Amino acid sequence: MKRHLISAADLTRDDAVLILDTAEEMARVADRPIKKLPTLRGRTVVNLFFEDSTRTRISFEAAAKRLSADVINFSAKGSSVSKGESLKDTALTLEAMGADAVVIRHGASGAPYRLATSGWIDGAVVNAGDGTHEHPTQALLDAFTMRRRLVGADAGLGKDLDGRRITIVGDILHSRVARSNVHLLNTLGAHVTLVAPPTLVPVGVEQWPCDVSYSLDDVLHRSDAVMMLRVQRERMNAAYFPTEREYSRRYGLDGERMAKMPEHAVVMHPGPMVRGMEITAEVADSDRCTVVEQVANGVSIRMAVLYLLLGGYESAHPSPTTTLDRSAARLPGSTPTAARTEENK
Amino acid sequence: MSKILIRGAKVLGGDPQDVLIDGETIAAVGTGLDAGDATVIEAAGQVLLPGLVDLHTHLREPGREDSETVLTGTRAAAAGGFTAVHAMANTFPVADTAGVVEQVWRLGKESGYCDVQPVGAVTVGLEGKQLAELGAMHDSAAGVKVFSDDGKCVDDAVIMRRALEYVKAFDGVVAQHAQEPRLTEGAQMNEGVVSAELGLGGWPAVAEESIIARDVLLAAHVGSRVHICHLSTAGSVEIVRWAKSKGWNVTAEVTPHHLLLTDELVRSYNPVYKVNPPLRTEADVMALREALADGTIDCVATDHAPHPHEDKDCEWAAAAMGMVGLETALSVVQQTMVETGLLDWAGVADRMSARPAAIGRLEGHGRPVSAGEPANLTLVDPAYRGEVDPAGFASRSRNTPYQGRELPGRVTHTFLRGRATVVDGKLA
Repeated sequence: MKRHLISAADLTRDDAVLILDTAEEMARVADRPIKKLPTLRGRTVVNLFFEDSTRTRISFEAAAKRLSADVINFSAKGSSVSKGESLKDTALTLEAMGADAVVIRHGASGAPYRLATSGWIDGAVVNAGDGTHEHPTQALLDAFTMRRRLVGADAGLGKDLDGRRITIVGDILHSRVARSNVHLLNTLGAHVTLVAPPTLVPVGVEQWPCDVSYSLDDVLHRSDAVMMLRVQRERMNAAYFPTEREYSRRYGLDGERMAKMPEHAVVMHPGPMVRGMEITAEVADSDRCTVVEQVANGVSIRMAVLYLLLGGYESAHPSPTTTLDRSAARLPGSTPTAARTEENK
Repeated sequence: MSKILIRGAKVLGGDPQDVLIDGETIAAVGTGLDAGDATVIEAAGQVLLPGLVDLHTHLREPGREDSETVLTGTRAAAAGGFTAVHAMANTFPVADTAGVVEQVWRLGKESGYCDVQPVGAVTVGLEGKQLAELGAMHDSAAGVKVFSDDGKCVDDAVIMRRALEYVKAFDGVVAQHAQEPRLTEGAQMNEGVVSAELGLGGWPAVAEESIIARDVLLAAHVGSRVHICHLSTAGSVEIVRWAKSKGWNVTAEVTPHHLLLTDELVRSYNPVYKVNPPLRTEADVMALREALADGTIDCVATDHAPHPHEDKDCEWAAAAMGMVGLETALSVVQQTMVETGLLDWAGVADRMSARPAAIGRLEGHGRPVSAGEPANLTLVDPAYRGEVDPAGFASRSRNTPYQGRELPGRVTHTFLRGRATVVDGKLA
């Protein structure tokens, strides 16, 4: 599976740390006057978005462009069924256009897995969110943000999140972010607690490598990071909770609750936030809230993922077979010749 | 019609015997029978069963001839050792009138590979709102005895009660697709550990069990009989076992795939494993096997559900539900029930022929292998081992979950009233 990034569960601890370390290198590029590396010049990255998600798409687009890849944005709103063309035919089209990597966002859980395993395309597949399954680059950027805040940007290099206590609050049942985070944070040695009303926790969660609590107040004081998930108002129409206000009272994060968190603890949110629902403006705008940082870090993480999957350090293969292992850890910063090698070929 | 002598077959798995077919009838069963002018089939080592009967087949005609027709479906049935199939009503148009059931019945007659007994819809258009003309379908040439909205649950308790009462007038049976609709909105697979991880909408066991519990109580209350389609959970087994212990007139079927496959396979996101009711857990599979062995579940029914390739060559959520099953049913039963020691061949004959024929009140099928009985027979070579190759299917569709899987046993001959529909494993 290492040719693709489909699930956070596919990443070993070393894979994940490598991606985080690579992202630190990439972040330094953003501080340069010219925010661009030539490593993926001549490679084509397709953003295949079956769902609207402007923020995720532009994050991947910025990442690919900073690596000098050619970017094609393919917006295919709606399911394959409603628009008539199948996922397979779309994939064959992209293959014919010579896509080296396909970044896919799809409303159906498992669509990226199908794309990667059905023999429709040769390129690398990156899951940019599938249904209620996974969103691995979001989990990676969350872990990156946590490591920077809780361990340190430089001090964190080569390290994981061993022993850190992470609380994820909200609609776990429908959240691909939660699923990816549980896998990745567990791999990185953190201790995860999910907090939600029982209706918004999936049947079967008892097999997940994490704890579940129905009380936010019980866990706040022992959290190093609290991640608030968006809760869609429509959920109350399906009786997941009685009213918006009741949800907010029991599971929303306000200033009073934030004060119960340890001094060093941060508040995270994958966005978009519903202010007044799961998070108050006071918390969202506080220094402890990392929402904006997460967005910036998202570009660095996606640069790292594309770089490692497409083997930016070596010549352009028609079919990338690079794996995310230590041998690939030649970072653009530490080995400036890497990029040039490609230019010479 | 000429005579055929099947020599040395293990009748229902017992001692080797000869069976002489004369015309449409079994003329004699014994040892050392004189062949005379009969065509001889050497069947040493093979098992002779009464022709298999399927209570649950989707032949798709009229309406979806791109996935199956009565002709291709009955060819698949014959290849799988079946001599009679019940054609489900969810066609286009729905088989909810005497006209449609007679059309399907007539197409079955013309095919000649297998008897086709149409199932009539319980409600108009399978909408669950108004009873279809059950009496007219019963009185038609098709002589419908089994009624089902299969594919949809008769979820309205009053409609279900009325249907159960109404069919008493002509000894009919309502075959319920037990699925509480509100509990299964957006359902994509069994609700449990795997669905939680894969992020696919859950189809909880309780959605099946709650309907079964309601319907056995209704059947008892109005003194009618109810048949439970494709029972899939350990909890459903317990409810049916309890209902039978009360002496209520409740029967149930299980599909071959629910006897073998589990929801772990869904991890591949390969829609070939997408089926309704969904593949359940290992514990459910074991409970179903045990229930089929002890008779709590009366019979095996295929729920043969052909779909065109494009409806499976896509992402999970967009895929159609269902699997073809006629041509692999007996092999799966051999593997899961016979080779595990849960059922002998006489038991297989009961669960795949006698019981389903009795539930459907189907005459001339599911009879003993003895002189004077109609020559509906299936000869199977249990020693055969082979990988499933969908390219060789007689069905028009290929959506099998067993592609490349080694399964035991092979149907070598099928006889429909003395006429060989399958000879040496090939359609005649």
